[in-house]
Amino acid sequence: MKTTYREALRTAHREALRRDPRVFLMGEDVGRYGGAFAVTHGLLEEFGPDRIRDTPLSESTFVGAGIGAAIGGLRPIVEVMTVNFSLLALDQIVNNAATLRHMSGGQLSVPLVVRMATGGGRQLAAQHSHSLEGWYAHIPGITVLAPATVDDAYGMLLGALQEPDPVFLFEHATLYPMEGERDEMAPPVDLRRAAIRRAGDAVTLVTYGGSLGKCLEAADGLATEGIEAEVIDLRALRPIDTDTILGSVARTHRAVVVDEGWRTGSLAAEISARIMEGGFYDLDAPVARVCSAEVPMPYAKHMEDAALPGAATIAAAVRGLIRRRG
Amino acid sequence: MPILGADMQAGTLVAWRKRPGDPVRRGEIVAEVETEKGLIEVEIFVTGVIERILVEPGQTVPVGTVLAMIREEGAPAAAAPPTVPPPAAAPGVAAPAPIALPTPARERLRISPAARALAARLGVDPTSLLGTGPDGAITLEDVEQAAARARPAVADRQAQLRQTIAAAMTRAKREIPHYYLATAIDMHAALTWLAAENARRPVPERLLCAALLLKAVALALRDVPELNAVWAGDRVVQSPAVHLGIAISLRDGGLVAPALHDADRQSLDELMRQLRDLVRRTRAGSLRSSELSDPTITVTNLGEQGVDTVFGIIYPPQVAIVGFGRVVERPWSVGGQIASRPVVTATLSADHRVTDGHRGGRFLATVERLLQEPARL
Repeated sequence: MKTTYREALRTAHREALRRDPRVFLMGEDVGRYGGAFAVTHGLLEEFGPDRIRDTPLSESTFVGAGIGAAIGGLRPIVEVMTVNFSLLALDQIVNNAATLRHMSGGQLSVPLVVRMATGGGRQLAAQHSHSLEGWYAHIPGITVLAPATVDDAYGMLLGALQEPDPVFLFEHATLYPMEGERDEMAPPVDLRRAAIRRAGDAVTLVTYGGSLGKCLEAADGLATEGIEAEVIDLRALRPIDTDTILGSVARTHRAVVVDEGWRTGSLAAEISARIMEGGFYDLDAPVARVCSAEVPMPYAKHMEDAALPGAATIAAAVRGLIRRRG
Repeated sequence: MPILGADMQAGTLVAWRKRPGDPVRRGEIVAEVETEKGLIEVEIFVTGVIERILVEPGQTVPVGTVLAMIREEGAPAAAAPPTVPPPAAAPGVAAPAPIALPTPARERLRISPAARALAARLGVDPTSLLGTGPDGAITLEDVEQAAARARPAVADRQAQLRQTIAAAMTRAKREIPHYYLATAIDMHAALTWLAAENARRPVPERLLCAALLLKAVALALRDVPELNAVWAGDRVVQSPAVHLGIAISLRDGGLVAPALHDADRQSLDELMRQLRDLVRRTRAGSLRSSELSDPTITVTNLGEQGVDTVFGIIYPPQVAIVGFGRVVERPWSVGGQIASRPVVTATLSADHRVTDGHRGGRFLATVERLLQEPARL
């Protein structure tokens, strides 16, 4: 069925809430306001204030409450408005959510799902637009997902609720209005496999989330120049599906990693390192990275565009790896 | 001594442009070296100071020999001469001795890991390759192409030659609107003159009829220069010189049409000598590249094969090809009487975009006229 990324998320919430009485949602403005990005619009009316809970503006508190509820046997979905705000909850996430199974010798389980918006491109400036999911991908003990399609928006939330340990969903803010066809008969999604979204033989573009569309656009442009790019959607940022990446690089011999985070210490750096470690003798050119400019995200539209990866910069990076005769 | 060609073994240092103590910058020319390929300037790839020159002008040394030592920018000076006493160490802290790392004699080969592995597998020497990848790196494609180049055996060369001919002829028939003219030429005067001329020459210096035909064609092109030209995509470019491409069949099949340069300005003896040389070298496979690229018109002669008439296909980008069949005795009207005369059929296939039948006819008529006065050829 035709739907949007936002509606696919909402449908998944609704189905989970109907199916499992342990599931509840909390976060800032998720109830009466319907969510800062309108994902949870209408859920309060359907499920009532016990299961759709508006929280105070205190990320540490409501993420901590979510951890407690999960330990206590519930299946909380916690919505944090943006990744920038989630930093206030990092102590709860790193020191509690990610570690309690280990610290308790396996006695405690934290089946918590945390959702948040990430990324730039909507002129929300330097406190609402960064892509910090790479920081979360650094943390052992949690799963980090980045749905880039309507199928994944729907399927990953439902899949995350089945996991015994914390799962973080990073929803790129530009994707919410994206339309797509959702396969209602699709089986549950695999949370740990990357997906090849486009096949090609000249270069592998490794990306995720909000950069997937830009990579596909760049690939279409490159195809008119006779350069067929393979596009990999990582889907899971932790654990990273290294096998799919290396398998592709073994075919294409070149790779460009596209990541909206800042370059230094980025996910792109991690993926480059894995390609070098596992695919060195397959490489016919150095691995290239296209990341955001290392500045606080500018507000002005033209400057924000310049700071973010775009189809043109991605295509240019590919051309830099393929210098043809004549 | 840099390696300036795959087959280079050694080079002679001709001159230094820098002296010890001179600063050098990356990209600067520091010396001149003489190789089989001529005088080559030696570029430097680091910035620093020339510390010591090891090879003097006039010396011939193998490739890879260190020509001079350069102290890289920021690197500590080489060990001071022993006459200078070492500075007294500051009391307390002993400064670690600077570590002198050897400078690599040559830049490490720029080759991708995948290309290096493939080269090892295929037995290709990567140092002989020219990289076409980013920053001049040798890529998989470079190795694959080198391996393909190294491979062709006789059969492959034959196949390649066949492919080349196929491509050229297909293009000619697709793109060039040919028109065809033929003129039967009485060779009585020419052959009579040739017989008399050869009678007084020692055998090795005797002329062939072919030399007369080539000279006549070359001179006739002065009269109709439009046929001595190349088609440059959208216009014709006449050639000031007449370089006849001589179609020469190869023993293993196929043919090549290398240039007999400035045919209109050669004496018959010189033409004869060059023709023999060209045939010999074509069949030995030792043509010069200019001989393959220079022809401005082609001449094909199938008389030896007993062919009466040959209409050639133009070899692009040329705009005409002249054909000769065998010289054969035919009934010919001479002064109202039928006589037996040696006759050859001269043909012209020409590009109608460049010339018309009128000019082509004039060309053949001129060839015929010239052959009636062989002493003037």
